Amino acid sequence: RAAATTGSAAAPGTGSAQAGRAAACQGCPNQGLCAAGAAGPDPAEAAELRARLRAVRHTVLVLSGKGGVGKSTFSALLAHGLAADETKQVALLDIDICGPSIPKMMGLEGEQVHQSGSGWSPVYVEENLGVMSVGFLLSSPDDAVIWRGPKKNGLIKQFLRDVDWGEVDYLIVDTPPGTSDEHLSIVQYLSATHIDGAVIVTTPQEVSLQDVRKEINFCRKVKLPIIGVVENMSGFVCPKCKNESQIFPPTTGGAEKMCQNLGVSLLGKVPLDPAIGRSCDRGQSFLAEAPESPATLSYRNIIQRIQEYCEQHHLQEEKIM
Amino acid sequence: TLAERANLAGVQHILLVLSGKGGVGKSTLSTELALALRNAGKRVGILDVDLCGPSIPRMLRVQDSAVHQCDSGWVPVFVGQDKAIALMSIGFLLERPDDAVVWRGPKKNALIKQFITDVAWGDLDFLIVDTPPGTSDEHISTVEALRPYQLLGAILVTTPQ
Repeated sequence: RAAATTGSAAAPGTGSAQAGRAAACQGCPNQGLCAAGAAGPDPAEAAELRARLRAVRHTVLVLSGKGGVGKSTFSALLAHGLAADETKQVALLDIDICGPSIPKMMGLEGEQVHQSGSGWSPVYVEENLGVMSVGFLLSSPDDAVIWRGPKKNGLIKQFLRDVDWGEVDYLIVDTPPGTSDEHLSIVQYLSATHIDGAVIVTTPQEVSLQDVRKEINFCRKVKLPIIGVVENMSGFVCPKCKNESQIFPPTTGGAEKMCQNLGVSLLGKVPLDPAIGRSCDRGQSFLAEAPESPATLSYRNIIQRIQEYCEQHHLQEEKIM
Repeated sequence: TLAERANLAGVQHILLVLSGKGGVGKSTLSTELALALRNAGKRVGILDVDLCGPSIPRMLRVQDSAVHQCDSGWVPVFVGQDKAIALMSIGFLLERPDDAVVWRGPKKNALIKQFITDVAWGDLDFLIVDTPPGTSDEHISTVEALRPYQLLGAILVTTPQ
């Protein structure tokens, strides 16, 4: 649009190979930045990342676009759910550099990262569930990480390159809201290996869906498969009178309508349960604390669908090979 | 430069609405605060620097509006019942509302600087700046670009958890 306001012909778009180089780019304040090209890993770095992540079987990104919809909550519960099978090795990577919620949610506040000859050691919640987050690198939990994009990208690369994850069945990556440095970087760095797909989290309101549609478009732009959408905070059942209320009314049809319109899978809807927030604050697994909650049932169904998607995807890949 | 100062020269008070956490109600508060101040007879503007998830246009039902240029820069979109609240957001610059703005920091910084120096805000009692979650590029750039002006202060929004 900046080009349009200076009267030029159609701009090539920031993702295009012509970005910054076309005639229409003249005069746009971002011309230099586009022309400099995307900051992906160079071949040597890509090889390093590939080697480090060779033993990771499945990678799932948890995205939103909108903040505060339950990405970290979902990532933590997905990790717990998958790790319930003791034969599976699960890794949870938190790349929300400014607002890392995972350490608190996993009951790991105050833990530190240790170095060994083979790299940084993840912090283990269970023997088969390891976690990494910038939260573990802060001297105090209230320290603000006030970093611009390039520095954030550097740390994300380190998380992938220097952490000794070992053999991992599932690598879950929790992301911050938005479609910016962290998201571009993780997709570019992980292109050295492969990503099974993205789970996109939303709430029923249009203000959330608006941002989530953008996230879906981001995934399509960077060719990231979408496993499906999870609708959190989808209704509240009063524990006293059992009446159901829509705390975040789906004024435009909620995630269901959006998924229909955009041709993506709705993995499930999770109702609001005050015990979820409480478990997160206490660093406990909600699935273990409230096994009878309707929300637990929803989460478990969604986790199973994700597992099935990953297994199927793996079988297809093996067939091709 | 003198020209850069000029577009915010008529603004009496600049308020930042911040959180750190997403989804706590920053945009909701920014919108309601603007409407309440307008109701109390004040001249109000809103600057939405959430480039990835701009919520304000939809909240004020102007998501289909476009911005125009004048001699002193970009003209904000006027919203509210009496069309007297000035609003600038990246939402108005998108070809399609579902287009993702997939920009790294430097590009975001350039646009935020433009929003602060190139928008013809005119005379306002209050300019409310709505921000995205986090403490990163948008926040650093906004505070740096606003340094020459009268920053009243920041309102921090949270939920109880």
